[in-house]
Amino acid sequence: MKARLAGATKGHSLLKKKADALNMRFRQILRKIVETKEEMGRVMKASFFSLAQAKYATGDFKHTVFDSIDQASLKVKASTDNVAGVRLPKFEAQREAGGAADSKIGLIGLGTGGKQIQECRKSFVTAVDLLVELASLQTAFLTLDEAIKTTNRRVNALEHVVKPRLENTIAYIKGELDELEREEFFRLKKVQGNKKKHTEAAEALEAAQRAKGGGAVGNGARENKAANVLAAEQDADIIF
Amino acid sequence: MSGGAELFALIVDQDTATGLLLTGVGQVDIRKRANFLIVDDKTSQQQVEEAFKDFTTREDIAVLLINQVIAGMIRHLLDAYTKPVPAILEIPSKDAPYDPSQDSVLQRVCFMFGES
Repeated sequence: MKARLAGATKGHSLLKKKADALNMRFRQILRKIVETKEEMGRVMKASFFSLAQAKYATGDFKHTVFDSIDQASLKVKASTDNVAGVRLPKFEAQREAGGAADSKIGLIGLGTGGKQIQECRKSFVTAVDLLVELASLQTAFLTLDEAIKTTNRRVNALEHVVKPRLENTIAYIKGELDELEREEFFRLKKVQGNKKKHTEAAEALEAAQRAKGGGAVGNGARENKAANVLAAEQDADIIF
Repeated sequence: MSGGAELFALIVDQDTATGLLLTGVGQVDIRKRANFLIVDDKTSQQQVEEAFKDFTTREDIAVLLINQVIAGMIRHLLDAYTKPVPAILEIPSKDAPYDPSQDSVLQRVCFMFGES
């Protein structure tokens, strides 16, 4: 029982540490998310501005873009990050250079304003990178949120349910054992007291008999007594 | 989830789509299934909802980008969505600048900050 309580206490402190570590990370991510979101707003604005520029230079090229889509050249690579035993998904933008789509897009607007389109593309690429970072942060945020909730629940369960229960059991067992001990002690005391009384009584009797007559007479009296006892037993038998 | 690269998904208006597709995030597979939905005036809310459900259940998509205006249309779906992957990002569109107070994730972030 004591071992279990010790285990529970240890587990509780460990989980508490884990919760603290997660919380720390969580705060960091929160701050970062807010910053990145604001930055994303700015970057997207710039990107749209460059898109407008490109449109102005080229005319409407969106259908060309929509038509030239084939295989994605910009993908997301997912990996996991480990924080105190919690797996956080992490995204990374991954570029497959030299793909067919790459060259196709590169050729858009070759006749008019291709430069602007490439500029626009560049600014959108930075935006996408930022978006991926933000996505990764956001995912981490959600996962951590969940993990923190579970950890806190466990910490609280250990602290408020398991530990008191174990402590109660231990207290009960201790109390019971103490009571047993007290009982035993009291019994021993009583037995001792009784023994003492008996020996005193016997001694007193002997002393009285010895005072009455000599050693031989005392012996005779004892024999007499023994005979009496025997007779009494026999009587009892008959009655029985 | 592990190893292979995954795709973006887009539910965006035309201008945003143009810009993002320029970077090469678009993909149309053999069955002509695209990883983006371009929303214009004619697109109904139901179409958007269906695309959202489709993209969030597809396994090869890691990040879903959605214009904030469009996200507002299907806010109930976004609020009900709790899975970490694919991550949903609300991005500003050309006509509407970014408004942090409407972002469901950012709302939660602010709530946490206010709470703690």
